This record gives sequence, structure tokens and C-alpha cells, in this order.
Amino acid sequence: MADPDVILEMRDISKSFPGVKALQHVNFTVKRGEVHAICGENGAGKSTLMKVLSGVWPHGTYEGDIYYNGDLCTFKDIRASEHAGIVIIHQELALIPELSIAENMFIGNENAKSGVIDWVATNNKARELLARVGLREDPETPIKNIGVGKQQLVEIAKALNKDVQLLILDEPTAALNEEDSRHLLDLIRGLRSKGITCVIISHKLNEIEAIANSITIIRDGQTVETLDVDAGGVNEDRIIKGMVGRSLESRFPDHTPKIGEKFFEISGWTVQHPQVPDRLVCKNSSFFVRQGEIVGFAGLMGAGRTELMRSIFGHSYGNFVSGSMVLDGKPVKLDSVSKAIEAGIGYVTEDRKVLGLNLLDSVKTTTVSAELTKIASRLGVVDRHAEFVAAEDYRKQLRTKTPSVEYGVSKLSGGNQQKVVLAKWLFTDPELLILDEPTRGIDVGAKYEIYGIIQRLAESGKGVIVVSSELPELLGLSDRIYTICEGAITGCLDKREANQESLMRLMTTTTAKSA
Amino acid sequence: MDKLKQVFGGDTRQFGMIFALVALILFFQWWTGGLTLKADNVINIFQGNAYILVLAIGMVLVIIAGHIDLSVGSVAAAVGISVAMAIRDWSLPWPVAILFGLGVGALIGAWQGFWVAYVGIPAFIVTLAGMLIFRGLNQYIGKSNTVPVPEGFQKIGAGYLPEVGPNTDYNNLTLLLGFAIVAAIIFGTFRTRRNQAKIGATVEPMLVTLLRLGLISAAILAAMALMASGRPGTSMPLSGIILAVLVIIYGFISTRTVVGRHIYAVGGNRHAAELSGVKTKKIDFLVMMNMSMLAALAGMMFVARSTSSGPFDGVGWELDAIAAVFIGGAAVSGGVGTVVGSMIGGLVMAVLNNGLQLKGIGADMTQIIKGLVLLTAVAFDVFQKSQGRPSLIGRLMRNKPQDVAAPAQTDLGREAPVDQVVRTES
Ligand SMILES: Nc1ncnc2c1ncn2[C@@H]1O[C@H](COP(=O)(O)OP(=O)(O)OP(=O)(O)O)[C@@H](O)[C@H]1O
Ligand SMILES: [Mg+2]
Repeated sequence: MADPDVILEMRDISKSFPGVKALQHVNFTVKRGEVHAICGENGAGKSTLMKVLSGVWPHGTYEGDIYYNGDLCTFKDIRASEHAGIVIIHQELALIPELSIAENMFIGNENAKSGVIDWVATNNKARELLARVGLREDPETPIKNIGVGKQQLVEIAKALNKDVQLLILDEPTAALNEEDSRHLLDLIRGLRSKGITCVIISHKLNEIEAIANSITIIRDGQTVETLDVDAGGVNEDRIIKGMVGRSLESRFPDHTPKIGEKFFEISGWTVQHPQVPDRLVCKNSSFFVRQGEIVGFAGLMGAGRTELMRSIFGHSYGNFVSGSMVLDGKPVKLDSVSKAIEAGIGYVTEDRKVLGLNLLDSVKTTTVSAELTKIASRLGVVDRHAEFVAAEDYRKQLRTKTPSVEYGVSKLSGGNQQKVVLAKWLFTDPELLILDEPTRGIDVGAKYEIYGIIQRLAESGKGVIVVSSELPELLGLSDRIYTICEGAITGCLDKREANQESLMRLMTTTTAKSA
Repeated sequence: MDKLKQVFGGDTRQFGMIFALVALILFFQWWTGGLTLKADNVINIFQGNAYILVLAIGMVLVIIAGHIDLSVGSVAAAVGISVAMAIRDWSLPWPVAILFGLGVGALIGAWQGFWVAYVGIPAFIVTLAGMLIFRGLNQYIGKSNTVPVPEGFQKIGAGYLPEVGPNTDYNNLTLLLGFAIVAAIIFGTFRTRRNQAKIGATVEPMLVTLLRLGLISAAILAAMALMASGRPGTSMPLSGIILAVLVIIYGFISTRTVVGRHIYAVGGNRHAAELSGVKTKKIDFLVMMNMSMLAALAGMMFVARSTSSGPFDGVGWELDAIAAVFIGGAAVSGGVGTVVGSMIGGLVMAVLNNGLQLKGIGADMTQIIKGLVLLTAVAFDVFQKSQGRPSLIGRLMRNKPQDVAAPAQTDLGREAPVDQVVRTES
């Protein structure tokens, strides 16, 4: 019965969590040597399906059968699936920041004789694997010193070391800029030509369209269809239609900007790196935001956008050197996060798990956590009624997919966690909301909703700053876009004059021009 | 079984704890031929452990915030001797002396909180130093002598509710207190249910509520009746009342107030808390300071019970308090734990101690058994957490494939950068 062209067949897979049917009778077939994409909304069950496949959820915790190379598989853990040649790279990277590239690559799989690690062999092997993924870095560099894009490559190199036949990548490009993404996709193409089969999950549909041979669409835990891209006729709109069940007219909701007075301005903003005092992460930056305006910030990875925003947000990053801030016509000095929140500034962090969420909390407690005083009495007693009402309100507004607001945020899918973080800041009712990569890992439908929320916020006269690595997103959303390069603001373009080329040019010029 | 779990607060952890406590009591009741649940013995268990339980209240907050306090025994001793000397040498009236003691505790707490919160030295180190410093201080102030305390003062450690009203063969005040507590619990439960229904939150089945209320009320009334039936002159110990009041206050603070939420937030994810406007340093300072104040109170309660302050008071208390907290379900990595859970954990240890003593088991075996109980309880916890949060060790090992395989490590294991793991541990 085994078809030699089929490397993997998952039959009738069902998996439940308390209160959630994550997968219901899912069928999934992957042909040998292809790149097979999985698409679906946040919480559709994509990651769960891959965790079932790779033994993260061991045999017995799900229903259905997995046939790999024609054999029925009953993986009891990740080791077992890796042994069979299936390697998964998770949605969130699993590297240890303090260890070197080589140490990370061989952790749990050390090149050792009777427990003593052979460093020469390890580093040589690491160098060879890094060359295969096209990464020119010294294997002894600590992992925290290289960017996310390169870290992603290290993960793949690590997989190659394990003799991978079926490589699973769960949203590998979510945190990457376009150049790094392109590089990664090229690498995947290279792997395919060497006979390695890839399964890739992504919300970036243009990439899927560019690389996938087939696409399986999952909605609400069920397989909707499998599209054959090579046969032609598949484009982004077609994928979206499968994902959300209807076609999406445009990617951005209608919005007529009502721009008012300038109400927020910083000038001469200069900040030192927290550990290396002679390195400036913000160099003499000046910009302003008007009421009702959506201001975009474009820059390459590591250009200093996040650093600038965090430093504005109550000096929460680096050592503040100089600069002034004016809010509503008055000079202010907001040197702590609580002062910034009080003054009406909100900041949605770029990294939700490390900086945005307490994973022990529920949806409810997270929603109110940045402005507890709003639902507490003067003596500091939390009104649980008000808390519940607020959390429910934002759950409905943002259409967060969760069984209830009492549910732990750690159990939500990535995109829904992002919505909870957003709810937490909307709850503070900020005058100026800074959003750092607000749609990372978010599906097309939810993106549309989040854009709508941002626009409504602006329409109500608030100022919004959006930092994003996706230029189409910035171009579609912003009224004005600043560019940053190496810690300095290099330009400011109006909606009308901005396009991918003009932005790219400014994002890579190091000499500051006046806006 | 599911219904049964719901009755005991839904989560398996709490259920297991209460179940273990009841089983332990029944076991010793049988093994000691009924000595365990004799009035005098129950009173004795409360009186003899109230100060450890007071420490556990402070300790659980410290541990939730991601710290630890090793100095509590020494702080208790230092405060005990200061108070005893103040009464003897400066003839402070004893109520003033209690305030004085709390003041000294606050001062010590401010000292330790300063180093932990504002200098950033791990609490493990600060309080290890404090353990030496305040032990030394106790012996320096008291010249290693024992200093007695007056009778009025002894009440907070060895006093009972007075006998008032008609002779009923029971201590009337104790009975009244029992009824009052039960009434308050019933009232509170129904009010919560009504509020939940009003806002459309999930309300547990009426049957479950009634069953739980019935069990809790019966347990409280039985315990109170038991203590009320003790020898004339003995009844509900005052130290037990102090403890109960503290449990209510701190239980409320930890679950219902902004400060309480912030303590959990700091322990759960310090970076995220900071970026949500939580003044993390202030929280660190507060929990450390609060711990030392409670240690001061515990020290005074102990001195009151033993009628004098000595150079070896409070040796090893930190370990009992920490054990109570961990048996009570707190996580080493912070962010998890409850005041009530720690009380149950403390009572498990207390009943165990008491039962073994009644049977005349030596200190050697008692220690071995207690150690094993601690280990088993936490092992059970770690096992349970394969459903939830990974243990500290699980996190440190998270990159090893076999560990990633445990479901718990899949998404959660990646949340904290390593530096944070190290920090929360210390
Ligand atoms: N460990 C868990 N415990 C409980 N529920 C879970 C757990 N993991 C996933 N779920 C639930 O299963 C459903 C599917 O989640 P999954 O992570 O597979 O979604 P996804 O398709 O990968 O979404 P995203 O695009 O947001 O990453 C969600 O409703 C989620 O809440
Ligand atoms: Mg996912």
C-alpha cells in the first residue's frame, strides 16, 4: 500500500485540550521532496498538528495514525521522531543566548568521548554545517550576538546535523526582515533540491505562494482543502478564501485620516547602550506625532527602532543621555514606565513571550495588568466584576479565540496571545500607543481586524506609532513614515511620497538628512 | 472524582494537599490510638506551630516574588531578645514592647530589602548574610543569656480566649468564634456566587458549593468544639487567632489587591511586569520588609510562649517555613503559590511532627521522614506540572530534546531568557 512518492500521511488526526478541540479528523499528506505549506487562521491548529507529528505530543495523547515512509509511527517523544529523520523548528526559537553557536548546535547531541567534549571536532563540524546554510560566522560567537535571522539559520544547521529527511518550520520568517526571509526561502529551495522534504507554516502568504508546491489549509481544527500550487491557479487571494471562508476585498479597512495638532514631540533624543556606554543606540533623534495620526517607523533589523521606542517609554531601555519630550505642549520627563503609562503612553512589545506576557496569568488578569488602578478602589482592592467585564469586552472586540477569559494565556495560539497583549494596552486607553511589530505571527483576517483597531484609535484623536519590518504594512497603514538607520532618524516621508524603494533607500543611508 | 475535585477548589494540587492532610490526621489518629485529635493535643499543635505558620505567610509572598529569605529565624531571635531586654531594662509596658519589636523588624526588613531591591544582590546572599548578622546580634545583645518576659506579654504566645458567660462545659467564646467564622464563610460564598452570576462568569454547580460549604463548616465547627472542650482555662489559643487574622488579611492582599497582583506579576515575568508599569523594585523591597516584620512577630510569639528569649531561638525556622511554602504548592521559579496553600503545607509538617513525637519517634527519624515528605510533595507537584508550568530544572534543561518532548516544555519552556531564569532562582 505504501506509495513511494508519499513521505508522510497523517490520517484522521484528532487532538483535544481541556475545553478545546484543537484538531478534528485532520488528514494531511506530504509528497516526497516537496515544500508543503500549511495555512490557517490563528488557533486553527497548525502548530498542534506539527507537534503531534514530531512527538511533542506523544503517541497516545491524540487519535489517528501517522504513516511515515509507509510505516505506522508511534513516536513517544521528540527524540524518536528525530531518529526517524523528522526535525521541527518551533514557532519560538529554542536557543540558549549565553552559549556559542557551536554549543547550541550540538546541545543534547554533544561530540564527546566518554563525556569529554572534543571542541576541535565540534567546531569543525559546526563550521561545515554553517557553510551549508550559508552562514559565515565563527562557531564560537555567543548566540545572543547574532540577529534572529542568523539564529534561524543556526536552527536549520542544527537540523541538518541530525540527518533530517522531513524538516518542519513553524513560522520561520515571522521575526525576519525581507532580506533575511528571502535568504531563508532560498535555503529551503536548496534543501528541496537535495531531496529534503519541508513542511512550512507561515502567515506571510506571498512567501507561501513563492515557495510551496502544495498548500494544505486548516480551519477550526479541520482540513479544508489541499491546493496544488504547481498545477497553477493558486494565488494569495485563493489561499485567503480557503482560510477565512470568504474573500477579503482589501488588506486594509477604509480609513479617512483626521489629523489634528502636534501633541507629542521628542528632540535630540540620545541614549547609550546599557552595557557598552560608548555605543549610542539612539543618536540625536527628533520626531513628532499629531493627534489622529498613524506614524510608521521603518528600519532594518537592529537599526534601533525598538531601542528608541523603549527608551521613550519611561526610559525602559539603555542609559538616557539627553533629549527632551513635549506632551500636550508641556515638557515632560517620564523616567519610569509607570510615569509613562500615567501620562498616557502605551507600548506593545515586540517580543510577547519574554516582554509582553506573564505566561502564568489568565486572559482576564493579563488584560487589566497594565492599569490595575482603573478597576481598583482607592485602597487598592481589585474589583473582580469590573475586571471580568473589561476582559470580556476586549475579547469580543478583538475576537480573541479562547474558551473563556479565565483561560491561561500560555495555552492560546501565538496570534491570540498577541491579541491579548494588544487588549492589555488598549485597556489603558492611551493617548499615544506605540506598537512594535503588532502583527507578527498574525493571520490575514486578524491583521485586518488589528489594522481596524489601530485606525479607530487614530480616528478618536489618539496618536499611534507603528514599528514594523513589513513595508507593505507600513505603507498601507501610516500617514507618515520615519526611517531609522543605525540609531539615527534618516528621513521622514509622507504617505504620498513613500514607496518600497524610497523607504529602502533611506533605511540604508547612514548620514542623517533633515526631514 | 471530578465533582470531588471541584469541591476542594478545582485544581488537583490543592485537592491533593487537603487530601494528604486529612489522611495524615486520620492515620495518626489511628496510630496513636486517638491521641492526635484530643483537645489538648490540637491546641498544642496550633500553639506550637503558629509562629512557623506566621513565617510561612511572609515566606510565600517572598517566594512568589521570586526570592527567598534564609534569615527569618535569626531575625526572629534578634527581635525576641531586643523586646525582652527593652521590657526588662527600659521597663517598656508590654503592648508598647510589641510595637517596638515590630519596629525593629521593619528596620531589619528595610535593611535587607534595600540590598535586594535597590542594590540588586540576590536575596539568597543578602539573607544568608542576614542569617549570620542577626544571629550574632541576638547573642551580642543578650550576651548569650536567656532573658525572661513578663506574664502579660506571654499571652500572645501562650494565652487563650477567656471563659465568659454561662457554664456550658465548653469555652463559650471559642464556640461563638466558630459559629461566626462559619457564618462569614457561608455569607461570602453566596455573595461570590451571586456576583459571578450577575456578570455571567461560570458559576460552579450548586451541589458542589453546598458540599464544600458543608465539609468546611463541619471541619471548622469540629475543630472549635474540640478546642472549646479542653481543660478549663485552655481553649482557642490567642496565637491561633493572631494567625487566623493574618491569613485572612494576607490572603485578601495577595488575591484581591493591586499590590498582590503585582507580587505575582514580578515573580511570573519580571520584564513583562516592568514594562506594564509595575514598580518591581518597590515590590521586592516590600516583600522583603514584610517578611522581616512577620519574622519579628513570630519571634515575639515564640518568646511569649517559652516565657523567655534565648540565644538559640529560631534556629532552623527558615527551613520549616520554606518547606511549608513548597509543600503548599509554590514554584521555585516564582509566580506561583498561595497563602492558604502554605498554611496547609505548614499544617502537614506540624501534624507529622506532632504525631511522630506522640509515638516517641526520635529526632533523627523525624528529620528523615520530614525530608522525604518534602521531597515527595514537590515531586508530585513537578509531575502535576507536566500539565502546566515547567519546573526550574525543566527550564534549564529545555534545550535537550528529550525534555522538549515533555508537553509542558513545548511552548512554555522558551519564554524566559537564561539570565532571567538564573535571577528568579536566586
Ligand atoms: N498546551 C495547550 N493547552 C491547551 N490548549 C492548547 C494548547 N496548545 C494549543 N492549544 C489550543 O489549540 C488550538 C490550536 O492551537 P495552535 O497553536 O495549533 O494554533 P496555530 O494554528 O498554530 O495558531 P497560530 O497561527 O496563532 O500559531 C488553540 O485554540 C489553542 O488555544
Ligand atoms: Mg502556531
